[in-house]
Amino acid sequence: MLSNVIVICIAALSLALFLNLYRLIKGPTLPDRILALDTMYINTIALIVLLGILQQSLIFFEAAMLIAMMGFVGTVALSKYLLRGDIIE
Amino acid sequence: MKTRKRLIPHPVLSLLMLLAWLLLNSFSMGHLVLGSLLALAIPYLIQDFWPNAVKVHKPLQLVWYILKVLGDIMIANFIVAKQILGPSSRLNAVFFEIPLEVKNDFTISVLAGTISLTPGTVSADLSKDRKRLIVHGLNVTDIEGEIAKIKQRYEAPLKEIFECCPT
Amino acid sequence: MPFWIEVIVSLFLLLGAFFALVGSIGLAKLPDFFRRLHGPTKATTLGVGGMILGSMLYFTFLNNELQFQELLITLFLFITAPASAHIVAKAALHLKIQHKAKHTETQDDANAGKKKAKAKAIEKPESNAESAE
Repeated sequence: MLSNVIVICIAALSLALFLNLYRLIKGPTLPDRILALDTMYINTIALIVLLGILQQSLIFFEAAMLIAMMGFVGTVALSKYLLRGDIIE
Repeated sequence: MKTRKRLIPHPVLSLLMLLAWLLLNSFSMGHLVLGSLLALAIPYLIQDFWPNAVKVHKPLQLVWYILKVLGDIMIANFIVAKQILGPSSRLNAVFFEIPLEVKNDFTISVLAGTISLTPGTVSADLSKDRKRLIVHGLNVTDIEGEIAKIKQRYEAPLKEIFECCPT
Repeated sequence: MPFWIEVIVSLFLLLGAFFALVGSIGLAKLPDFFRRLHGPTKATTLGVGGMILGSMLYFTFLNNELQFQELLITLFLFITAPASAHIVAKAALHLKIQHKAKHTETQDDANAGKKKAKAKAIEKPESNAESAE
């Protein structure tokens, strides 16, 4: 039963990622694209957690943690660039 | 204006760091010692960048506040899900400004974070003089009522927890 | 593993996937940037939180020992999601104000206006930095 549920969840998340991709390509503004990238990394964390349950392995936890940290830094850096025209002041 | 260095500048932060270290690694005596060393050394080395320690005046109220916000987040998500899946033309999106009473940087960030995570509002910007918070509401018809609700439900307890003056 | 644990884990996972999907639908569907901001900050964050709770429960009963590590991801996301939403909104507001200052005519179509502002921001990063000070 659990494996079926996981397959359904993976399908839902893939659909979510496609919707994010649509927003990433369509834009229309730069903040929209940053927001799409931000949502994409959060959805990817969920996908990796699901993969961890499917494989019954705790190793994927570290990957999810790293993506959470790097994704946040990336979002802040991109927004900072829009705000100041520079990342490091 | 160099102030004397304190040995443990942020005791609560040190405790949290030790806890996070033990959660990241499995619990053992070695990790306890290593984590304690890191939790003491890092706040000591960075204290010049962070001079004003955060003081929690009422820890019990803080726990109660966190539980309340967690409950509100759950409700917020069902409301937002309904608004997103429903017809979007019916949404009444507005910007409004909240005059702030709290002054501490940390308290303002906690308040902004709370506003972003709770029903239908996202904090967008802070005015230059740090007195007004610009907030975007997804579906707000009664602006005055929304401001009063945020001030009474979130700002008042936060002010009491982090900024109350001991008399 | 007992059946009722599987049911609870499945419920958490389904709820999480539902909210993550709703957040992404909001991102794709809603008409302007500030409305789009609401979906990802609230729904997606809670969605991932729910999934991680389910995973935590699953591994706790799989290995017969408490697994709290994954709670760190949830905690981290709940702290960073409002912060990143705030800074993206600030950047969007900044671009909009900059555009309004340069073109004084009234803009009824916010999207078209923002597109021009974006082009400006790429062309002149120096003027961007000056006006921010």
